[in-house]
Formats: sequence, C-alpha cells, structure tokens
Amino acid sequence: MLSQHTIRRRMAASTPLVLALGLLAFVLLATTMGDRATARMATETLIRVTLVAGFWIFVGNSGVVSFGHAAFACVGAYVSAWLTLKPAMKGTLLPGLPDLIAAADWPALPAVLTGGALAALLALVSGAAILRLSGIAASIATFAFLAMVNTIWANWTPVTGGTSSVVGLDRYVTPWVALGWAVAALIAASLYGLSASGLALRATREDEVAASASGIDRYRHRLLAYVLSAFFCGVGGALMGHFIGVINPDAYYLNLTFLMLAMLVVGGIGSLSGAVAGVLALSLAVEGLVRMEKGVTLGATTFALPAGSQEIIIAAAMILVLIFRPAGLLAGREITLPARWVTGRGTTHNGPATDRRET
Amino acid sequence: MSLQLLFDALSLGGIYAIAALGIALIFGVMQLVNFAHGQFIACAVFALILPSSQAVAELGLGRLPTPLLIPVILGFGAALALLAEAAVFRPLRNAAPVALMVASFALGVALQNLLLVIYGSRPKAVSLWAGLGHPVQIGGAQVPLLQLLVIGAVALILAGLALMLKHSRIGLEMRAAAQDFGMARLLGVRANRVISGAFALSGALAAVVALVMVAQTGVADVRMGGQIMLIAFIATVLGGMGSLAGAVAAGFAIGAASALLQMALPAEARPFRDAFLYGLVILVLLFRPQGLFAPAGAKPRV
Repeated sequence: MLSQHTIRRRMAASTPLVLALGLLAFVLLATTMGDRATARMATETLIRVTLVAGFWIFVGNSGVVSFGHAAFACVGAYVSAWLTLKPAMKGTLLPGLPDLIAAADWPALPAVLTGGALAALLALVSGAAILRLSGIAASIATFAFLAMVNTIWANWTPVTGGTSSVVGLDRYVTPWVALGWAVAALIAASLYGLSASGLALRATREDEVAASASGIDRYRHRLLAYVLSAFFCGVGGALMGHFIGVINPDAYYLNLTFLMLAMLVVGGIGSLSGAVAGVLALSLAVEGLVRMEKGVTLGATTFALPAGSQEIIIAAAMILVLIFRPAGLLAGREITLPARWVTGRGTTHNGPATDRRET
Repeated sequence: MSLQLLFDALSLGGIYAIAALGIALIFGVMQLVNFAHGQFIACAVFALILPSSQAVAELGLGRLPTPLLIPVILGFGAALALLAEAAVFRPLRNAAPVALMVASFALGVALQNLLLVIYGSRPKAVSLWAGLGHPVQIGGAQVPLLQLLVIGAVALILAGLALMLKHSRIGLEMRAAAQDFGMARLLGVRANRVISGAFALSGALAAVVALVMVAQTGVADVRMGGQIMLIAFIATVLGGMGSLAGAVAAGFAIGAASALLQMALPAEARPFRDAFLYGLVILVLLFRPQGLFAPAGAKPRV
C-alpha cells in the first residue's frame, strides 16, 4: 500500500502532464478547426502561458507581487534580436552594438536560450538588491526596476533603437514552437513548486515569522525563484518578438505587466493550474474584445468599441475577481490526475474526471 | 548657480513631497499602496480641458477664475478619490495588502484607458496661468515666478496638514488609525470616516500636483501621472512605509538628488537621469532596507 504522502506527491507531479495535454488539445483544436487568425491567437496564448508560468514561479510561490517581469521579457527579446538579426541589418539599424554582437548570426534556439539566460543574470543582480526588502516595499522596488529598464531601453538609441521599433526578426514561432516552450515552462514551474526550495518559499509566503523560526532563509529561496522565473519571462519575451517580427521597448512595459498580472490574479495566484486557466480565460476575452474594437456588424449597423475599452473591461474583471473570488477562478487548487490513477491499481474508467478546469 | 539649484531642488522636491504624502496618507490608514494615484493626477489635469482631437486643448473648467478654479479642481480630485474608495476599496476593506495593491493597479489602468477613450492618446497643449513662467531676479538667480509660488504653496500645505494632523479631531483619528487600526476602532474611531478622510485628502493633494504640472509643462498627456507616481512611491519606501514625515523628507531628498543629477550628468547621459535615480534608490535600500526614516513600530510583531 502506498503511503498517503507518496500518493499526494504523485498527484502533484501529474499537474504539468495534465496541463500540457490540455494545451496540446488546444493547439490541435485551433490549428485543425480554425482559420489562420485562430492559429495566431493560439500561438499568442501559448507564449503568454510561457510568460505567466515563469511569472508564477516567483509570484505564486513567494506571494510577492512583482511589477518587474516585463523588463525580463524586454531583455530576452532584445538579446535574441541582437543575436539573430542579419549583421548587415544591424549595421544600419543599431550602429552602437559591440563588434562581437554586431557580427553574430546565431540560429534561433541558442539565441533564445541566451536571451533567457541574460534575463536570469539581470534578475540575479537586481534581485540581490530588491529581494532584501519586505513584501510591499519589494513590489515597489520591482516597479522602479521596470521603469529603470524601460528608461534605458527607450533612450539608448544606438544599441536598442530607442523608441522606434527593431524590425525584421525571423518569425519562426509557430503554434508548435510556442507549445514546446509553454510545456517546458510548465514542467520547470511545477518541478520548482515541488522542490524543497519551492516548499520553503511557500512557507515564507504563508507565515514569514514561523518560516524563519524554522530556519528558512527567505532571501535565498526568493532569489532562486526570481532567477528561474526571469529565465522563462526572458524566453517568453523573445518568443513574442519572433512571433510578431517587431519589438520596441513600450511593448514590454506597463501593458504587458498589467496583462500578466491580470491573468495570474483572475486564474488564481495560488496554483500553477490557476495561472494557466487565467491565461486561457483572458486570452479568449482579449481576442473577443479586439474583434469588437475592430467592429462587429450586426445587420445594417457596425458596432465598434472605442480603442482602450479592452483594458478597461479587463481591469474591471480583475477588480471584480478580487472582490468576489479573491483566490481566483481555481482558488489555489491544482488540476491533477485522480488518486486511483497514480497508485497504479484500482479501476480506470473511460470518462476521465480529471479536467476540473472551469469554463 | 547654486541658488538656482536650491530653488530647482526645492520646487521639484516639494511636488514630489506632496505626491508622496498622497500615497503615504492612504498607506498609513489602510495599508494600501495606491497605484491609481498617478491616474488621479492625470484625471485632475484632464478635468481642466474639454474633450477634443485637437493638439491645442480648449479649456473647460480651466476657464474659471483662479480663486474659484483651485477649490473646484481640489474638490474634483477629492471626489474622484472618494468614488474610487467607495467602488473599489471599500468592498476590499478586509483583503490582504497585496490584493489591495493589485486592485489599485487595475483601477489605474482602467482610469488611464478611460481618459484615452474620452480624450484620445495625443498629448495636448494647455495654457493655464501662462504669465507664471515669467522669471524673477533673486540674489543673482533667475527664478520663474511659478517656482516661487510652488515652493510657497508647498510650505503652506505642509504646515496646514501638520496642524490638522496634530490638532484636529480627524487628524488625531488618522494618526491613531495609522498606529493600530484595530485598536483605534475599538476606542471609537469610525473606520469609514477616517478612511474617507484620508482618500479625500489624498485626492486633493493629487489635484495640487496636477495643477502644478500643467502650469509647469503646459501639456496634458494621458501618461503624465506615471513618472511622478513612481517617484512618490520611491519616496514613501525610502521614508519608511507609512511615515508621513519620512515621505515628505524623502520627497525633498529625491528632488534634490534629481536636480543635482540633472546638473552633474554629462549631456549625453541626461536622458538616463531617471534610470540613475531609480538605481540610486535601490542602492540606498540595500543598506537601509527599512527605509531612511522608518518608524519604530515598522517591524511586524509576532
């Protein structure tokens, strides 16, 4: 007979599997049933899963809201662009790049990995300062960090192109590439959440004083989660760039911060499944609202929401969730396989009662 | 030169201090880091003008004579803050500080986009009190009249607030609530009254900042609240969260630092001034994580 503990661990470990299968079904559905616009929407959604799963690694486990993760996405995107753009193009577009980078003509994968790694390095340096602060003060410091990175990126014109966009990125991100990274991010997030460090960090989230009395070094675990989380946000940012083909600093500023935060809050900060549910729910909502902003024809009249109403509606939804369902749609639960499946015995039914995701 | 610098530092620091006070007041009574404060400022700016797509804005409320205009705009700021409190923050009264902060961030985004929907995204030129740009000679320094007025107004507001907090009943209740909200309520302080009072004051202070910013820059921009709000946040963190005096002192310190940086940095580094400023603040916090002027009771008790 397996111990209760082992069963719980196995159930928890099944979360990324269930989520990955759910995303796979989502991609299959979108690519086979829908048109090109639907496939684009699916890719965008999966990139957001990468971003938000990365974001969750830090925010979900530590309970500290970070406003700075869009900056890591920014760094990841620009590093990947610097490394993959054709040298001739960089010469005219970004004359200030150092020779080594200006001559680089890397393939996509190492460039994305380097983008994530440099974002993680930046997290290590900035986190070493910011994460010494207590919860709310740390949040404000991450906001200052975001503004700092944005100020630098918007003004360092010879290297970043300033506020004008960097164009011509290789658009290699298909729904399948995005799915691969989303699944990787989910597995990493889940592994971290189950690791000793993840558990320790969640203990500090629940009760800081009791955790430190039990000998948990809050700062160390926070920093580890921050660095890991920045890696996937960096990757997500790079994927965004290679999906649209154009990057500029303002695409990685307050709007992205807001969207990532809204997704996490709506789905529920307390669980990885919640983060994914939030991405899916809000991506569908954003898609619908964008179409409404473009105009919907009803009979003879065309009805269009004014630009900006998308953000207003999402913000209102976020506030309503905070008021009426403060723990988010999934209320901190994880989607797992049922206990009898992971014990390897008992009967398996045909109808899986696994997917508890609410619609 | 140095006198000029002093006036720059004082007027800039004064505005930062007023903005920081608006945030610290609310944080003091309900542990809310109000990310919508910058949008309160922007809304008060846009309340002056009429919606139009033109680059030069037509004044609406801004056409009122000054003695009437100032109380009307302050009242507008206070009313907006009270409305926000009633609609968003009252239902969240018992929520965790993190949830409050996230809600205020969402409120800020909603307000900003509301301005965008009504007024469009294009920055607009606003000519309010155009005569105040006039320079005045003081001891060899050329100081714009507006700067002097700002310094005077800030001094007046700070003195008035200090008197109010020290001597009036609502001021006493606010200070009590900032110390220990639960205990204050048990002793007969009415929560709604104190919190509404803090929001109204904070909104009025946001309107003061709005008026000064419009007069100084002559522009109404949907995004204009963001930068000053960030600096005000930094001032409240540096000042030790919840300490009003600390927030004011830190606001002045940041004003001085940014005037100094503006002068000391070589021309090509000047666009990065704010980045240096934020970096400087993170550095300071490394050495004093509890803030420069942390109140004695800032450490959470078990």
